Amino acid sequence: MKPAPFEYHAPATVEQALELLATHGYDAKILAGGQSLIPTMNFRLAQPAILIDMNNIPALRYIEPTPAGGVRIGAMTRYQTAERSPLIAERAPLVAEALPHIAHPQIRTRGTMGGAIAHADPAAELPAVCVALGARFKLRRGTQERWIAAEDFFVGLFTTLLEPDELLLEIELPPLPARSAWAFTEVARRHGDYALVGVAAGITLDDAGNCADVRLSFLSVGDRAVLAHNAIAALKGHPPTAETIAHAAAIAAADDIAPNADIHASVDYRRHLAKTLAQRALTQAAERASAG
Amino acid sequence: MENLIEITVTVNGTEYHRTVEPRMLLSDFLRHELNLTGTHVGCEHGVCGSCTILFDGDPVRSCLMFAVQANGHTLETVEGLGTPDAMHPLQNAFREKHALQCGFCTPGFLMSLKPFLEQNPNPSRDEIREALSGNLCRCTGYENMVDAVALAAEEMRNG
Ligand SMILES: Cc1cc2nc3c(=O)[nH]c(=O)nc-3n(C[C@H](O)[C@H](O)[C@H](O)COP(=O)(O)OP(=O)(O)OC[C@H]3O[C@@H](n4cnc5c(N)ncnc54)[C@H](O)[C@@H]3O)c2cc1C
Ligand code: FES
Ligand code: FES
Repeated sequence: MKPAPFEYHAPATVEQALELLATHGYDAKILAGGQSLIPTMNFRLAQPAILIDMNNIPALRYIEPTPAGGVRIGAMTRYQTAERSPLIAERAPLVAEALPHIAHPQIRTRGTMGGAIAHADPAAELPAVCVALGARFKLRRGTQERWIAAEDFFVGLFTTLLEPDELLLEIELPPLPARSAWAFTEVARRHGDYALVGVAAGITLDDAGNCADVRLSFLSVGDRAVLAHNAIAALKGHPPTAETIAHAAAIAAADDIAPNADIHASVDYRRHLAKTLAQRALTQAAERASAG
Repeated sequence: MENLIEITVTVNGTEYHRTVEPRMLLSDFLRHELNLTGTHVGCEHGVCGSCTILFDGDPVRSCLMFAVQANGHTLETVEGLGTPDAMHPLQNAFREKHALQCGFCTPGFLMSLKPFLEQNPNPSRDEIREALSGNLCRCTGYENMVDAVALAAEEMRNG
């Protein structure tokens, strides 16, 4: 099918884009990489009257170090750019590990880091990774700017705290603690498909070899990216052994997630995957943390 | 509400000027406005890969872009890959190794593989499989394609 007619704007600056949003708000849609929006327009599930194309705003494409030791990523940075960035490889290895799981190379040349966050697909990798890392997002509406923590930003199925006249400008990843390590894993029917379940895990060790901090998040197990608070509490303070990790993974699968059944997988199978994958990701993170 | 927009696009080295509706997909623009019907359209939601072209050198789904977004950019379609007398090594290898039957999917595979081989001149069979994974073929099975890509890579390395 073909998209319904719309009025097209391609602002050159963030300010122009915000002005257009202020004028058209509810009638307008932001076009980032278009890898989610254009399919829904082709099916006429979305019929925005006005499209504001952000692809001509070079100021939103950057990957830069923060003074604190983290990384800031402009919303219009493409997956492919992030995938090839030495700074992300060094300072955000979890992001680097997750990126190749997103769709196909031909989608990653267009899809944007900001688009993935704003779209808030519960099956998407990047929201879960940002929740695990404790990322925060910079939003702007008119001249008002606000920062929202990743865990608060996703509020439901394809739903975030973004207002219709508000733009997502930046993803900020915090510096990684010393003696921390990360792992990402997922199961998909075919490489490049949306995952049936995915897990991002992080472990920080203290001098005694106990878990000073644990991060564990899931994708595709409910209406949004989920931080596994119960599992985290269960593992924190303990050494990451096969037993403590298996225990935490079982808690995550039972108490932290509320997966749905669909044509791809039943609830039971998703819980089973969640447990197994959490176990694998935590084990790998723990091994990497103690190695170095 | 409908605004027509003038665009200038370079495709396979030729500059084209056209006036388009914003909602025209880049795939339809190539096929219907420029008569470059080598770019095929299978699904129009990014899944099949038959519409893959190069946009400023990168492989993209032309069904997931609007023609207006190509204004000022440089595109390459399968028509620019080779001629019947001077085929691209990938085209030769696909023929040699029987990597196509009906051919519907072939342009998309070729345009995905060209930048892949330029960036990975000596890929492993696993890397080749991964490179093929963003395109669907309903006829041949993919084994012959893996052979074809390996052959093309070898020919390209030998110059
Ligand atoms: C075949 C296929 C397979 C895919 N597989 C996966 C997968 O496995 N995992 C995965 O995570 N994704 C997958 N995707 C989706 C892809 O990652 C999308 O690129 C991504 O979800 C959205 O990014 P985008 O830049 O394309 O955004 P768009 O499609 O342009 O926009 C998405 C939504 O976000 C809004 N938006 C975008 N940017 C901003 C901003 N800066 N401020 C405010 N609102 C904004 C838009 O208005 C729109 O509503 C797949 C897509 C395809 C076509
Ligand atoms: S037609 Fe574009 S991906 Fe199928
Ligand atoms: S050769 Fe027929 S679809 Fe691939």
